Amino acid sequence: MAVKNLLEAVRETLHDALARDERVFIMGEDVGPRGNVFLITKDFVEEFGHDRVLDTPLAEASIVGVAIGAAMAGMRPIAEIQFADFIYPAYNQIVGEAAKMRYRTAGGNTCPLVIRTPYGGGVGGALSHSVSIEALFYHVPGLKILAPSTPADAKGLLNSAIADDDPVLFLEHKKTYRLIKGEVPPGEYKIPMGKADIARPGSDLSVITYGLMRHFATQAADELFKDGIDVEVVDLRSIRPMDRETIVKSATKTRRVLIVHEDNKFGGVGAEIAAIIAEEAMFELDAPIRRLCGPDVPAMGYSKAYEEAFMPSPERIAAAMRDLAAF
Amino acid sequence: MKSEPTVRETLPEGLTPDRLREMYYCMVLTRTCDDRGFALNRQGKIPFAATCQGHEAIQVAAAFALRKGVDWLVPYYRDTCMALSFGVTPREQLMCLFARKDDIFSSGRQFPNHYSVPDRHIASISSIIAAHVTHAVGMALAHKMRKEDAVVLTSFGEGSTSEGEWHEAMNFAGIHKLPVVFLCENNEFAISVPQKMQMAVKNVADRAVAYGFPGVICDGTDPLASYTTVREAVERARSGGGPTLVEAKCYRAMSHTSDDNQLQYRTAEDIEASKKRDPVPRFEAWLTDRGYIDAGGILDMKARAQQEVDEATDWAEHQPMPTAEDLYTHVYAEGPLS
Repeated sequence: MAVKNLLEAVRETLHDALARDERVFIMGEDVGPRGNVFLITKDFVEEFGHDRVLDTPLAEASIVGVAIGAAMAGMRPIAEIQFADFIYPAYNQIVGEAAKMRYRTAGGNTCPLVIRTPYGGGVGGALSHSVSIEALFYHVPGLKILAPSTPADAKGLLNSAIADDDPVLFLEHKKTYRLIKGEVPPGEYKIPMGKADIARPGSDLSVITYGLMRHFATQAADELFKDGIDVEVVDLRSIRPMDRETIVKSATKTRRVLIVHEDNKFGGVGAEIAAIIAEEAMFELDAPIRRLCGPDVPAMGYSKAYEEAFMPSPERIAAAMRDLAAF
Repeated sequence: MKSEPTVRETLPEGLTPDRLREMYYCMVLTRTCDDRGFALNRQGKIPFAATCQGHEAIQVAAAFALRKGVDWLVPYYRDTCMALSFGVTPREQLMCLFARKDDIFSSGRQFPNHYSVPDRHIASISSIIAAHVTHAVGMALAHKMRKEDAVVLTSFGEGSTSEGEWHEAMNFAGIHKLPVVFLCENNEFAISVPQKMQMAVKNVADRAVAYGFPGVICDGTDPLASYTTVREAVERARSGGGPTLVEAKCYRAMSHTSDDNQLQYRTAEDIEASKKRDPVPRFEAWLTDRGYIDAGGILDMKARAQQEVDEATDWAEHQPMPTAEDLYTHVYAEGPLS
């Protein structure tokens, strides 16, 4: 199997979808001749033409709104929001329109739409190029939210998202684009949504996480293993639907749970994970559920010092693991 | 009904005496349906109603200017006459008023008049103002990409044109010369806020210049003038000439909805004066003067509309309500997910 980084895996998946299905087209800011700001759609215009790799006006609400209309008319649009931080003007279109389309028409209209957007910090992105947005959307029934962390998962989940008949918000962690490499299966490889991945099996405690933090948590777990602490790392991959079964199974097995995410702590995805465990496995636990998350400040600042203080690091995750293991 | 016209004049292309009578019937049927909706609300049988009184002419004209089964409508919540003229039946209309389980628009989920009738090419809207205008543009983009002949007509009130998304939709459609007609039904009020507090320009149509396509104005209470204007816009769109912004000047006879009382922000004199522009009796007189219809024909049509709406009301009222289980259907293709 070919080894690719996550960005290359996304690129290959988009390319093959365009080549395979005439209904698929890409629309967003600078996706055309510029080839997207991270070069994900580089050279696509030459191969597929301006209609199918469509540079839009700088207006996020209409990027999503127009994509919804095209989806209602039988296309399979892949809309790109250049940075997750820019998605706010499109909030109504995603939450008020796309997520409710099937429901409000009792199945008469559907909205098979993928909205891709890079999120997350660790790249010097300052206040407005580094946020995590999943908690602002995962409350909303009708939406699916994917956050793959490996090149193979990016391909498998993006293919599933494109084939899905409902709107999917597809989150790509910027820091993983070039940092994370791995084998990528060929062809139209798909992974079912709502299935977590056991990134590292273990018996002493569970870390439940997703995105870049999967890699930091695995790194920390490898450290702890040297000291005889065997940590299980569960990568959700899919935030909605969420794999309750794997979460509860892992919590029941290790009896200690640490939730790690980069997004702000208050009301974050971790709160739901903790609630699921509290509802279904409270008396199986030997220790309180812990959360290590981004702090409750508006965003990470531009200065490297701010960024480092904001983001959970392998060292801080390792410390939180040791603390929980010793409880 | 088949009486020969006493004054022969050239009708706009696409209209015949039969089509004129059909248009008139759609207006009468709508008025009957709308009145029934308000009556049911006041009887406590339905929680909410909104009427299109004052808009019937532009709405029937817009529906008749399109090709049924080919073109698409993306209407807004005041478009009862447009929908009834584009294939929605009185039974379907009453089912949405009663919010019954088998309401085909939304299974009783949305407010009344939030149509979704894919088999008759009417797309869904929410109550969020102007959110549907970008959808119409996306549909037109899809038709253009597939080299199809279809035109999309989307409608909205003048208040909608303050929304950022409305401007984004216009801009996008202008850039790509999409086959879309933007129809503003300007009734001078957005709930209570008059046009002068909504925009500094005199005409909504003036806004079109910023998007690189024509903005035209018609008397939205005159079915013939409205038809001619919309048809020209539709033909421009169909022949690759791009979008048109049509501003139909009409008026709102009733309060915004059954939950509003317009006497709080309009004078009784103003309301009475605007009712003189009522398109239904005016079109009736126009047809009669020219011999397209006679008094007997009018009475027959009104009786038929009354009968249709009565029958639809009795039928719909006795249809089953949604159940608690129905709350959980159509969340995702595969059902509800946690």
